Amino acid sequence: MAIRDFLRERFFPHMWCPGCGHGIVLNNMLRAIQTLGMSKNEIAMVSGIGCSSRISGYVDFHTLHTIHGRALAFATGLKMSMPELNVIVPMGDGDALSIGGNHFIHACRRNIAMTALVMNNRIYGMTGGQFSPLSGYGTLATTAPYTNIDHGFDVVDLAISAGATFVARTTTYHAKQMADIIREAIIHDGFSVVEIMTQCPTYFGRKNKLGDASNMMEWMKDITTPVGSKAKEENPDLIERGIFVQKELPEYCSEYNKVIERAMKGRS
Amino acid sequence: MAKQKLKQHHINRDWCKGCGICVHFCPKKVLELDEEDKAVAARPEDCIACKLCELRCPDLAIEIETERSE
Ligand SMILES: Cc1ncc(C[n+]2csc(CCOP(=O)(O)OP(=O)(O)O)c2C)c(N)n1
Ligand code: SF4
Ligand code: SF4
Ligand code: SF4
Repeated sequence: MAIRDFLRERFFPHMWCPGCGHGIVLNNMLRAIQTLGMSKNEIAMVSGIGCSSRISGYVDFHTLHTIHGRALAFATGLKMSMPELNVIVPMGDGDALSIGGNHFIHACRRNIAMTALVMNNRIYGMTGGQFSPLSGYGTLATTAPYTNIDHGFDVVDLAISAGATFVARTTTYHAKQMADIIREAIIHDGFSVVEIMTQCPTYFGRKNKLGDASNMMEWMKDITTPVGSKAKEENPDLIERGIFVQKELPEYCSEYNKVIERAMKGRS
Repeated sequence: MAKQKLKQHHINRDWCKGCGICVHFCPKKVLELDEEDKAVAARPEDCIACKLCELRCPDLAIEIETERSE
């Protein structure tokens, strides 16, 4: 199946700004799904609110466009009632980690089988460039005109300590790696988190004088390095990308079925 | 894997927003933006069919059609 067959072409051209990295995520997420050979009916995409969350409107799977920060809560309900679905939850950094931060850590802890994609552009794009918990110290935003003094989360460290059983990071520059990692994340039987560093040229780029979309992608190439590389030892400021955790732990829906069996023992 | 050879660039002018990402990252400088800020293959003979433009286009506007050669 060509990736265009996964699109709702009637909504194209899409609403994202020229050069917005969210489109590169859409592009390579579909390539990952294409290599898995899944049918459209086997996939459900659940998103919240944000430029990033609009991705669910463009794909021809089962889709739920829910409320800001709560995509994982809706996705949890969906997955528990229909565990046979492959559930993918794309979120912005604000959606996932400010308003949705609590849902995020608890979904990691439960190890429910779904794929959380954190489309991290380090800003609130949709609402006009306010800083997010991923903007980072010293950055500029509409709401931080004299520089942001909040320190940022590290999505990967946070997901690992909260208990996610698959944790990875990639960027829009590394499109092939992105497709490979998303593929692994979807196959994984547990809660998968993939942080995708992406560009919002309209707000984060413009406020922080990072140039156009291509310049921002060059920048993401320059500030990242493969996990465990020698470059990281020499320059600790580099951000690692690749797969950090990939381990098996009891999955939530399977465990819940066992609870039902125990409770029903001897009865039908 | 058999080496891929370019047959044709398909660029969807209705979807292309002229962001320039494909132009910037093409290793062979095949692509340009025209006067309407749409991507065009100005030097298709130099294309090595690496498909990096296709993978990185945020608007899914560019597709590289290839023919297989051994
Ligand atoms: C409950 C609620 N609070 C606030 C908003 C306003 N709002 C919409 S999107 C958004 C943040 C968008 O940022 P992010 O999630 O990082 O996604 P992006 O637009 O950058 O892709 C906010 C605060 C809302 N829609 N609902
Ligand atoms: S505002 Fe930023 S995140 Fe939203 S579509 Fe534009 S570039 Fe993308
Ligand atoms: S990357 Fe896509 S949208 Fe951007 S200029 Fe090239 S074809 Fe157009
Ligand atoms: S396939 Fe590769 S060489 Fe050909 S136009 Fe695209 S980026 Fe350039």
